[in-house]
Amino acid sequence: MIVVQLFLEFTLLSFIAFGGATALLPEMHRVVVDQHHWLDATTFTHLYAIAQAAPGPNVLVVTLIGWEIAGLAGALATTLAMCLPMSVLIYLLIDRWDSFAGRRWQQAVSLGVAPLAVGLVFSGATLIARSAGLGWAGVVLIAVVVLGNLKTAWHPLWFIAGGALLGGLGLI
Amino acid sequence: MLVEQRGWLSAEEFNAQLGLCQFLPGPNVVNLSIVVGKRFHGWRGAIVAPLGMLLAPMLVVLLLGMAYDRWGQLPLAQDMLRGVAAAGCGLLFAMAWRMGAALRDKLFFLPFTGLTVLAIAWLRWPMPAVMLGGLAAAGAVAWWRLGRA
Repeated sequence: MIVVQLFLEFTLLSFIAFGGATALLPEMHRVVVDQHHWLDATTFTHLYAIAQAAPGPNVLVVTLIGWEIAGLAGALATTLAMCLPMSVLIYLLIDRWDSFAGRRWQQAVSLGVAPLAVGLVFSGATLIARSAGLGWAGVVLIAVVVLGNLKTAWHPLWFIAGGALLGGLGLI
Repeated sequence: MLVEQRGWLSAEEFNAQLGLCQFLPGPNVVNLSIVVGKRFHGWRGAIVAPLGMLLAPMLVVLLLGMAYDRWGQLPLAQDMLRGVAAAGCGLLFAMAWRMGAALRDKLFFLPFTGLTVLAIAWLRWPMPAVMLGGLAAAGAVAWWRLGRA
């Protein structure tokens, strides 16, 4: 039952998704590609690319992964697994949040988890870079996008569109 | 929109609740929509709000997934996706940079970023273990730093 397995794996992932779905990329890659061989690395990278280009929250990359592995049932399983457990917890916790907020342990967790989240996002970027099959032009494009995104206020979709165009012209 | 257009929440309330949503794991948009939904319509709101947030984009993504199944193997699609992946990768590095730049107390906390990259990207250790260990260590340092402040 691959759908059940998908649901369980992504439920586990949802509990460690500090920093959201983006921070989960490396672990999703490990589980889906390396461990279960449900997808190959190139397909995984493509799905990430599609999710980036699509409108909507970035958590939807899990929908695509589920879809590609097990069709509609898979898409629903991964999306639900990613969103539901924490949603229930938040629903139950929100009214007590005021008594947690600002406590020393709460601040310590917030402070402590931040550098880990940075490392996770960075790791996800290196994984995508490695499995996208990029040549030197691709590396240059990455560098240009990093600088462009940090130094200008352009909407990220412009960079995505530029990447699609350059790729489509066979330059990347 | 919630704050400025509808006046459903004050900016302070929004920030406080965003704090919880960012503190807990999970997709922030979904978490936040639960909080806002519950507040206005109890459990019904908490069910409807995230659905409203996700349903339309999910459909779009599924259509794209179908298109990928159908045309993804074409050379043109492969080339375009490679370009998009490279651009998306640049956006990720930029995001990591910004998040890193926003860290407080970098001298003490940036090393944990380095260790996370080492464990996750290089050694490919399972993330639950890395997060538990990392959070225990970085949280302990944070606890200590907070005590001195």
